[in-house]
Amino acid sequence: MALKKILTDPRSRWMEEGGPEADVSVSSRVRLARDLAAYPFPHRLRAEQAEEVLHAVRLALDRPEVTKRLGKMEFMRLTELSPVERHVLVEKHLVSPDLLKGDPAGKAVIIRQDEAISIMVNEEDHLRIQCLLPGLALQECWELAGTVDDALEATVEYAFNEEFGYLSACPTNVGTGLRASVMMHLPGLAATGMIEEVIPGLSKLGLTVRGLYGEGTKAAGSFFQVSNQITLGRQEEEIINNLTALVRRLVSQEREARRRLHQEQRGALEDRVFRSYGVLQYARVLTSEEAMRSLSDLRLGLALKIIKRIPLSLVSELMVLSQPAFLIRLAGKELKPAERDVLRAQLIRERLQGKKPGADGEGNGKKR
Amino acid sequence: MLCERCNTRPASVHYTEITNNKKQEIRLCEECAREAGITGIGIMPQFVLQNLLGGLFEGTPVQVEPSYVQCKRCGLTEQDFAQRGLLGCAECYTVFGPAVGRILHRIHGKAEHTGKLPRRTGKIAGLKHELKRLRQELDAAVRQEAFEKAAELRDRIRDLERDCRGGQ
Repeated sequence: MALKKILTDPRSRWMEEGGPEADVSVSSRVRLARDLAAYPFPHRLRAEQAEEVLHAVRLALDRPEVTKRLGKMEFMRLTELSPVERHVLVEKHLVSPDLLKGDPAGKAVIIRQDEAISIMVNEEDHLRIQCLLPGLALQECWELAGTVDDALEATVEYAFNEEFGYLSACPTNVGTGLRASVMMHLPGLAATGMIEEVIPGLSKLGLTVRGLYGEGTKAAGSFFQVSNQITLGRQEEEIINNLTALVRRLVSQEREARRRLHQEQRGALEDRVFRSYGVLQYARVLTSEEAMRSLSDLRLGLALKIIKRIPLSLVSELMVLSQPAFLIRLAGKELKPAERDVLRAQLIRERLQGKKPGADGEGNGKKR
Repeated sequence: MLCERCNTRPASVHYTEITNNKKQEIRLCEECAREAGITGIGIMPQFVLQNLLGGLFEGTPVQVEPSYVQCKRCGLTEQDFAQRGLLGCAECYTVFGPAVGRILHRIHGKAEHTGKLPRRTGKIAGLKHELKRLRQELDAAVRQEAFEKAAELRDRIRDLERDCRGGQ
């Protein structure tokens, strides 16, 4: 049942209300790259060794003291999921697109019921521990990831070297293995063109800016992921504090850009927001680009209180709901792009009218 | 000028990457640039760096002739690393130690871990990190002629050194 909920309910912990700086920071993520000392890294792992890694990780997390502390986790082999279901996990930001590359055998993901913790097994590294929380909450993510890390380390031996720290397949992850990122909504900086200056500025400070779904993806709807580039030679707290401080600066710059936009181009901005809201409420055909663009405008309108009474969490939920694999999973059959556009418009319309999410009403009521 | 990656075609794409305040210029031919995902202005996907890592390895100046160092444990060769930019196992970090150290330095600006240590297996590493920190403090104390503090630090270092030997 829990597995079905993960695959059919668009809602996740990371999109819940009440995250700090939620008007600009959508969600925070910390991921730790860890490898087991006893095995070659995944790209050089034989099938039976991959199974042993899966087994060791599962044993480590199934211990009662771990489940008591961290809660129940859902263990899914990639081979147990259909290709569409695997893509749903990417769309919910629970696994990386890279996990789906190549042979699915020997790969797995372990997800806590609230989806705040997900652990990819045998991606580029044996373990990718990921914690996702709403708003700007990197410190909390790091603490949670650290707890999972310690729980695993109690029974498995990590590849670790005194000089270089935690060892990983790719040298870009060595040391702390820590990649912290914040998904930011920056329509103000994008509209004023300031984003063109901000992105190179951030890269000078050792940060990377990417699109919504990580490496190599475009920045759709003015959503950007800001993350640290350097993982070695700094302490985890330093990385977290650094990124948090820079994100805070970015948050205030974005707020200032929005304020100016709203002051100087009030009519045009409100028109754009209400038009998009209208499209989302009434359109019968919605492409994913139009949906993303309109949802981005709606989110901006909510943050500026041009539109009220819709929670920000609903925008995040509709962003996931709008994704192709999610729509196909809900429909339960293959859909042509044109059919997806109709279903997307229908689901968004219904949700904005207050209909509860979930395929057959199972998403009703309390979430956890 | 030839492409830094394939060394055969002329370099026509000049790509500047700035990480950690350090500027690095890479000159590639169009084909290699496309393979590495460098397409123009805009958001630079992170995999560019990883694809170029192999190039860094090949270009390490100490190698005059191609060597055939291979990891005994997982079988990874330098050529494998140059192709994919990935190490094969924990042992590779020892086998290719100095070259990996240089690469890490180029990527991160530093090549020494100062962060979290594994609780169970990292005890000795923790003591050594602590030792190093104390020795630096001792140097500073001596320089400042704070001899009382220096004596205290010296005793703590002696104790720690004993613990380190005992733990191994």
